[in-house]
Amino acid sequence: MVNMVKNNFIKKFKFIEEIAIADVAFEAYGSSEAELFENAALAVEETMVDTAGINPKVKKEIEIEADELDKLLFDFLSELVYYKDAEMLLFSKFTVNVEKNTKYKLTAEVVGEPFDSSKHELRNDIKAITWHMFKIEQTKKGWKCLIIVDV
Amino acid sequence: MPEDHAAEFTKPPMKKISEVCWEIDPSFKEGMRVPARIYAMKKLLDEMDVGVFEQITNVACLPGIQKHAICMPDGHWGYGFPIGGVAAFDTKTGVISPGGIGFDINCGMRLLRTNLTVDDVRPKLKELVDMLFKAVPTGVGARGAIKLTRAQLRAIMLNGSKWAVENGYGWSEDLDHTEDYGLIKGADPEKVSDKAQTRGIEQLGTLGSGNHYLEIQYVERIFDEELAKKWGIHQTGQICVMFHCGSRGFGHQVATDYLNTFGDAMKRYGITVRDRELACAPFSSKEGQDYFHAMACAANGAFANRQAIASMTRRCFEKTFGRTAEDMDMAQIYDVAHNIAKVEQHEIDGHFKDVVMHRKGATRCFGPHRPELPQAYQQTGQPVIIGGSMETGSFLLVGTEKAMTETFGSTMHGSGRTMSRTKAKHIVRGSELQQQMQKHGIYVRSVSMSGLAEEAGLAYKDLNDVVETMEIAGVSHKVCSLKPLGNIKG
Repeated sequence: MVNMVKNNFIKKFKFIEEIAIADVAFEAYGSSEAELFENAALAVEETMVDTAGINPKVKKEIEIEADELDKLLFDFLSELVYYKDAEMLLFSKFTVNVEKNTKYKLTAEVVGEPFDSSKHELRNDIKAITWHMFKIEQTKKGWKCLIIVDV
Repeated sequence: MPEDHAAEFTKPPMKKISEVCWEIDPSFKEGMRVPARIYAMKKLLDEMDVGVFEQITNVACLPGIQKHAICMPDGHWGYGFPIGGVAAFDTKTGVISPGGIGFDINCGMRLLRTNLTVDDVRPKLKELVDMLFKAVPTGVGARGAIKLTRAQLRAIMLNGSKWAVENGYGWSEDLDHTEDYGLIKGADPEKVSDKAQTRGIEQLGTLGSGNHYLEIQYVERIFDEELAKKWGIHQTGQICVMFHCGSRGFGHQVATDYLNTFGDAMKRYGITVRDRELACAPFSSKEGQDYFHAMACAANGAFANRQAIASMTRRCFEKTFGRTAEDMDMAQIYDVAHNIAKVEQHEIDGHFKDVVMHRKGATRCFGPHRPELPQAYQQTGQPVIIGGSMETGSFLLVGTEKAMTETFGSTMHGSGRTMSRTKAKHIVRGSELQQQMQKHGIYVRSVSMSGLAEEAGLAYKDLNDVVETMEIAGVSHKVCSLKPLGNIKG
């Protein structure tokens, strides 16, 4: 059972200026683990493209298991980076479910379209999600993570 | 830096070894096995972000590290190792760490010369840059014009640049003028995941984004005329082509895969590290060897990628100027890897010994007579290609004998960022930067205006200071400086 807390964060995510000199750092927020994952996924895509221009044309289902919550998030976000190269897909809508039994299990539906540089405002190509300063925490305001991606 | 992030770091006390070399004693941090050395003139040292000191002393804690953990003057905060980090590990008792290589395995620089001058190129610059921009895809997930089968990708993993040349991309003499002849030995495609292959199969001949670029440059100043002449650089104003890219999604996935493998392996081998990005495994272990064999595949992919781009560049010049590449003397000066690990012999405590050399954002700069160098560079030492920001220009250097004893034959790789991408973008607008550069006679094409802004000169250290640091250290010497005329970037 996931822990539901009211999301008191105003934003879904925020890029952070002063860390990760050569890369991109962001914080993402959510009232639940699932919402945190959805918002972190949005931040990952926003690093690469203006997601406002990404139409919901192609749907992918992602299933991941991990012993730890942070590994689950790391692998989920890495999967989005994989789809960018493997199928030229960028996503703008995410529905995530996170369960904890003996392991953490994620099922997600991610929706987007193949990108086209003549149509989409492309930004930075993410090489990888990194473990550098990677942090997930539950605060009074809700769930929060810090992630640095290599660009 | 926000306070909660800054609180973890403090600048350590340092002993001055020379004007440009500073040492942090192992007593600074529990677990340090060797001292850490930072090469930087005082000004650069003072400006260096504190994360560098934290990270290079973490590197000094890794099992089997030899002599010193070293950080170059362009050092800045990376993940695991700092960018600019150099470390040698005993092949028997030491480790290999993906964090000491970087996600972009065999990211590197290549330099082609021409016998054209600024006056020849200027009138056709726009045409040439536009053609290159089409021929060499850039930016997010860009796909190349070269379609590969799985069997061909396998052949690339095993043969690197040689595959490219045998398939019509480039000249056979290019191989002599590529670090390790464009082929890292020990590649084993069985150690590369299907995912990595899927990510990479359509990206041969593409640049990528971030700080990757291809630049038409002219020789601004020659520092060593005799050597420059030997390398085919005869006058200021001579046109060269420099580009910076790596192994693309293929290498990025190999690194991601093995970072995960190493996380589990460390528990088994009882290794603890201070940062998850420093995940490592004994070099002699199964995991260590598997990663090394997979890394070699990605490194060879990067060599083939740069080889394909060199070939496409020559074709664009041929079409633009109506002459053959041979007639324009478009020979390759060199190709260097600046994110890589390999087994090299270095003198340690009076004996030559095999070490796993890690260079992350650092360039090999071997002096004369090293067996790894081709005949052409046996007497001179190897060419070292240093890319600066688009606005400030770049350098061609040469490795020295002193580098072999000081830095395991390594020097810097670029100018090094001082400002985060997110911040640079708030200060500079890409479209304004493009116009401003055009005023200075530099024609830039980029698929991403925000990406362009992130690469503004103000986000980088002064390359002259960085290059001068290693000149004073006697590790690498200046041959010539190069300034941009045209640039394509992702």
